[in-house]
Order: sequence, then C-alpha cells, then structure tokens
Amino acid sequence: MTEACLEAGRLDELLQPIVDAHHRDSRLLLQILREVQNALGYLPAVALTAIARAVNLPRARVEGVAGFYSFLHLTPVGRYRVLFSDNITDRMLGSVELMDRFCNRLWIERGKVSEDGLVSVETTSCTGMCDQGPALLVNGLALPRISAERIDRISELIRAQIPLADWPGEYFLVEDNIRRRDALLSVQWPAGEAIRAAIARGAEAMLVEMRLSNLRGRGGAGFTTHIKWESARRAACSGEQPARYVVCNADEGEPGTFKDRVLLNSYADLVFDGMTVAGITIGARNGLLYLRGEYASLLPALQANLMRRRLNGLLGTSLCGQADLAFDIEIHLGAGAYICGEETALLESLEGKRGVPRIRPPFPVSAGYLGQPTVVNNVETLCKAALIAVNGGPWFAGLGTKQSTGTKLLSISGDVERPGIYDYPFGVSVAQVLNDCGAGHAQAVQVSGPSGSCLATHEFSRRIAFEDVPTAGAFMVFGAHRDMFEVARNFAHFFAHESCGFCTPCRVGTALVANCMEKIANGHGSQYDINEIFKIHRLLHAASHCGLGQSACNALFDTLHKFRPAYERRLRSLDFEPAFDLDQALAAARQMTGRDDPAAHFRLGPGTGVEP
Amino acid sequence: MRAQYILVDGLPIPFEEGQTIMQAAMVAEVFIPHLCHHPEFKPQGSCKLCTVKANGRYVSACTMPAKDGMEVENNSPDLNDKRRTMLQMLFVEGNHFCPSCEQSGNCRLQALAYELEMLTPHFNQFYPDRPLDASHPEVLLDFNRCILCELCVRASRDVDGKNVFALSGRGIGKHLIVNAESGRLADTAFSLADKAAHVCPVGVILEKRRGFAIPIGRRRYDLEPIGMQVEGQARRRSGEL
Ligand code: SF4
Ligand code: FES
Repeated sequence: MTEACLEAGRLDELLQPIVDAHHRDSRLLLQILREVQNALGYLPAVALTAIARAVNLPRARVEGVAGFYSFLHLTPVGRYRVLFSDNITDRMLGSVELMDRFCNRLWIERGKVSEDGLVSVETTSCTGMCDQGPALLVNGLALPRISAERIDRISELIRAQIPLADWPGEYFLVEDNIRRRDALLSVQWPAGEAIRAAIARGAEAMLVEMRLSNLRGRGGAGFTTHIKWESARRAACSGEQPARYVVCNADEGEPGTFKDRVLLNSYADLVFDGMTVAGITIGARNGLLYLRGEYASLLPALQANLMRRRLNGLLGTSLCGQADLAFDIEIHLGAGAYICGEETALLESLEGKRGVPRIRPPFPVSAGYLGQPTVVNNVETLCKAALIAVNGGPWFAGLGTKQSTGTKLLSISGDVERPGIYDYPFGVSVAQVLNDCGAGHAQAVQVSGPSGSCLATHEFSRRIAFEDVPTAGAFMVFGAHRDMFEVARNFAHFFAHESCGFCTPCRVGTALVANCMEKIANGHGSQYDINEIFKIHRLLHAASHCGLGQSACNALFDTLHKFRPAYERRLRSLDFEPAFDLDQALAAARQMTGRDDPAAHFRLGPGTGVEP
Repeated sequence: MRAQYILVDGLPIPFEEGQTIMQAAMVAEVFIPHLCHHPEFKPQGSCKLCTVKANGRYVSACTMPAKDGMEVENNSPDLNDKRRTMLQMLFVEGNHFCPSCEQSGNCRLQALAYELEMLTPHFNQFYPDRPLDASHPEVLLDFNRCILCELCVRASRDVDGKNVFALSGRGIGKHLIVNAESGRLADTAFSLADKAAHVCPVGVILEKRRGFAIPIGRRRYDLEPIGMQVEGQARRRSGEL
C-alpha cells in the first residue's frame, strides 16, 4: 500500500477498529502497531501520527517504539517479506547459499525491496526451528526444512502472487521432534489438574511445596522460584489499581532454543495451569503471556485454548467453582527483539514501550508490570510448578541433583542424527547427551546459546546442572569439520544486531566486536584485533547495563581460548594490520566506471609502481 | 541516629537514606565522571561513564543506592581505563570534530576526554550519516554530536511538559528524533525558553547566532579541567589552595 492510498479518511477507517479493539490503551501500543502494520504492510509516518493521537501519546514516543522492534517497518517492505533465519545452525544447513539462490531467482538484492514492491529479503535472528532448519519466515509465518527445490517453488509462488493461504500446507508444518520424555513430557493430565491440586493445598501450603521442590528458573539465570513467588506474595501493591501479576516469559529468543515452542504447541494446558497455580499462590488475578513474534503462528490455537478454559471454568471468575478465586490470561505478541527475553525489558515491552531493561533495584517481585508486584517465569518453569502442585515438592526434589532439582528440557540441534527436544534429569553428562542424540564426531557444544559456554571435547564429561554447566536449554553441536571461527562470528553479529543500544559499552562494543570479526574473516586481522576483542570483552562484562552485554563476548572468549588455531589461520600477521584496504576503497569507483583492468587496481609491491 | 557513610577511595562521605553514590559524591564535591547524569533529572544510567566498584562489584554510581559502610573504588587505573575506552566509543560512534565545533571548551565529552587523558579515538570511526536540522528559527540541531544521554528527552518531558525529543532505532542504530511527522524541529512545540534547549552536554542543541560570543580558549573547561572544577572548590574552601 502506498502513502497515496492512505489519504482522506481511508486511514482512519482502517485504524478505528484496531485502536478501539485495544480500548485506545497506550499500554497496548505494541499490539496496535503490529495490527496496523498487518493492515497497511508497513507503518507510514501518517499512521504513526494517527495512532499517537488515538492512544494519547506523544508522536515521538510512538515512533520510538516502532523504531525499536525488528518486525516493525517505518518504510515500505515487499508484499512478500521473506526473512531467512540466520542462526549458525541454519548456516550449517546451507541457509546462506539458499538465500543467494532465492535472490538470484527473483532478481533481488538482500535488504532492498524489489522495484514492483512484490518482495523483500533479509535475514533475521534464530527463528527457533534449529531442529528442522534451515528456516525462513514469510510475512511472519515459519517455513522449516527449506531446500533448494523448495526455494525454487517458493520463488514461483511469489512471482505468481499466490496468497500464502494457498501455498502447500506441508511447507508450514512444524514438528515437535520430542526424542526423550521424562517427568515433564510424560505428563498426560487433563487441563486443570494442577489448578485443582493447588486449590486443595491452599496458597501457603503451595508455597511450602515450592520451597521443598527447590525449583530454579529454567530461563537461564536459575533464580529460586519459591523466593520470587514468596516475595511477590508478601510485597505491597500500590497506586490506584493495586494488583499482582503473573507473567509468562515465552520470548524464547536465545539462538538454538526451541523447547518453549514445543511446550506451547503440545503442552499449552500445562503452561496455563502453571500460570494459574502461580496466580493462586501469589494472589494475582491477571496473567500475561509474552509470546515472541516469531511464534505468531501458535497464537490462534493458544487463544482458542484460553476460550475453552474460560468455558470450562479454568479461567475467569470463580475459578474451578471457587467463588473467591479469579484468574485470567492475556497473550501479548513481541515483534522481533531478543532483549525482551530479559525480564525487565519484557515488562517494558508489555507496557507498550521500547524493550529496554530497567534499572534494578527495584526488582519485578516488588515493582514489575505497571509498578506492581510481578512474578516473571519462563514457560518451562511454570510447567514444572504445575507438576509440583500435583506431585508435591519432595517428589520433584527427588529428581535431578541436590542443587539442581527436577528435569531440564534440552533443545538439541547441529551435527547430530536426531535433533529435537530431550527431557533429562539434571546432572546428565554432556557425553551422555551427545551419545543419545547421535553426535558422531563432535568437536564442540555450545550450551545455552551464544551467551552460554562453548565446551570442547575434554569437557564432555561435565554435567548439565546449575552447579556445573548451567543452561537455558540450547545445545548446539559442532562436528569436527566445522569452523569454530564462523560460529563465533555468527554470534558476534547476533549480539550487535540485538543490543538494545541503551548503554554505551554494549551499543558500541558489540558493533566494534562484529567489525573486528569481519576484519579477521577478510584476512586483515592480526594479534592486535584479538587483543581488542579481549579488551572489549572485559569492558562489556564490567560495565554493561544488563546480561546481554555482559555475556555478549562469552562465546568469542571461549572459542579464542579453546579453538585458537581457527582464528590464527586467518591472521595476516601477528602484529598490526590496518583495516583500511586501499584497493578495496577503489571498489566503488570501479563499479561506477565499469572498469576492472589492472590499472583500476591498487597493488603494493614490486612491478606495480608502488613500493610497499 | 548515627550519620551513614560510604567510603569513596577511602574517604568517608556522608549520605542520606535514598541517595545514590553519585548524589552523595556530588554533595561532598568528590568527582565521579559522568555524562548522562544531571542532578536536576531522574537518574538514567546509560552512558556508564560513572562506573565504579562498590564492595567489589562494578555498578553505575548514578543509579546505585548508597549503603552504610559501602566501599567505593572510583579514581583507579582500572576504572579510568574503562571510562577512557567508553569515551573513545562515544567519539567514534558519532562525528566529533572538536576543532570545528562551536561547543569546544564547553563540551562535557571533550572535557572528560582531557580529564581522562584520552589521546586518540583508538577505534575505527563509524562515520554515521546524520543530517543537520536547521529548520527552527532559534535553534540548530547537529545530530552528529549526539551521545544519546537523553538529557534533552528528560528535560522536555519532565520539566517543559512537551516531549519534543525521543529515541528511536536500536543498537548502534539508536538515534534522537523530534516530535513531528515531518521530523523537523520547526514543526514541534520547541522553544529557546525550554529547559531542553539548555541541557545538552555536547554540541547538538545550539542557539543560533551566538556561537562564538565567548571565544574558544576562554570557555568553561578551557579555564579549569572538569574534575578540578568539582574537587578544586572543595579544596579551596578547606583552605588548601
Ligand atoms: S541532543 Fe544532547 S542532550 Fe539530547 S541526547 Fe543528544 S547529547 Fe544528550
Ligand atoms: S552518569 Fe551514570 S551511567 Fe551515565
């Protein structure tokens, strides 16, 4: 749609129903922006002005929010917007070549819109399909298992302007790939089982069970869940609308993780039960589930499930027939921002703002969503809370290890025969996992994604547990033939792309590190650049505002220590090499003049007329 | 009740309940380098120049509440080295050509660079493309120098009640915008009388036709380095100087 079609009332006609459906509530700004973009294709300047007026926010604030999220566009994009998932696992499965093929077929350039406005192509951070990659998103819908043949078919479908709804259904088929079931994935209860169990126990007794279970957060940080719940329950609510909130963090953005997608797809009742149990226990009547934009295709089924639960008395007033209990759940969609997995950035995003992590203290348990006491838990954590409600804390504490109780879902991808979801009791060794998933000749495993740790073969006897190798779930395996430098380079670009930009060290540092890695990749690197990376790593670790910056160089640090030859092979000299390349600087002039003869090149050395 | 103290580089500094390390240090006229902090506005904690070590942990002095007995490391080679690196990052991120800048001598970024002995920008320049906005009759915006401190954002929002400025973009693409569909300052409610017109620590928000009223060489930080202006006062008062 062009600006011209938006003149005279047309825009208002389109906007009214959307803003009205969201009660013109500025807290729902992100949801409004998403829907307006769905209607218009992008967010033209006039639309931002109109939205700002409707929700009564300064226009610049609305533009600031729209400018923050990767999936919101302030300039036109193609009617078919194709985003290639750019995790290292997608790359290992040939995503780069497939994107080139696609661009060639359609005569388009990456990052640009085709002249007829039909299609645009870009990359995007990991889409959570690593077990069935390479993957891409077309207008927000995921297409896993892309092959050269499929790329050709897709280009034809696009050229013929076939609506997405008429594309072959199997293109959109996302598999669960559950490979190992344990305490969590073997559950087969009817919806509401955990809620009824929690009601029978009562809130205080439920807290005791949580304490006995020693459940720790499954999102990575490993904070003890009962302390969160207890603090939020005891914290005072404040202001005009005092309330407590339960927030389910389903912004599963860590590259290599996809367990929450499977839980939301096939265990949604357990997730909602867990949220409701948390609500009953802390005294909250409202739950919010923040679903990452990449998983938008799960939304209709989740909404239908919520409706079903309301009809069956598992949500809403008089929960499970208890007149004094009420709980309901709303789902918010993200729009392409890894940082929103950080709990305070997630809360900002839920309030319709830029996803920038808050200053702590105060912590969400005392001042979270809308400044009220809020428990933010990972999808898997809430499922485990549901298990504890039914089976009790001591049962849970009997699984796993003493400090890491229960089981942990691992999302396994990379060079393995059976990628997918594995449910293991904590304490399982890396070697055991590698054996089970059929990893033949692994040289390394990246545990817990780019912000986690990279283990080399001599560390495979270590165990998955908070006290040894903690993880949020990602488990990416790299075979002996892989180049670990390319792994680290991919991660460096990921962090540069996903830094929220709030604080100086992370905003500039991640970009500098990505540039350093390019310099080394282009054969201009030297020991100097490696020292620079170390220096920036130390700074980011010390001075960044949140965990993203603090962990942004972890993988580089690990690979530099454990796979140094992968870097050194690329170094031009062990001292200093300038990043500036005289010959390369002439490339633009060569392109403009259409020349490529020797005289249009600049070379140092004997016989070239230029002495080194 | 006994007064509460923090120890900044071993020097006891009193503070009141609820004060941050930065606020306590400012009252005591102890210099902690900072760019995004301003005593009149809500702390923001984004530039990270004020990074100190409190009880062994790196924290931002401007947002970390002071606690009785807290030991704060401030003026140390490690911290100043980190601050210098962050200054260099700010220099290469924007386009800062001090010799031709009309704020030279009044600029806090430049003053801190001198204070912390930053001799070169060290990193490769990003050379971002940031067009000027000369639309407003009284004020020029030169975005090239913006360090994203959000002081103008806070001043316009919290003091002027106008919300003229905001941030958009993400990561290294983050940038300052104004509150107008045209993107031009002239189309906002901005005026020279606003608080926001006078808080920029660098040279983005410039009053037109006044540039060199005070010649370079006789400006604020030309006369005395920034750190000394804070700590010098204290020493002068105690009769040391
Ligand atoms: S214009 Fe000045 S005051 Fe505003 S954010 Fe940029 S540097 Fe800070
Ligand atoms: S002054 Fe503290 S972060 Fe900027």
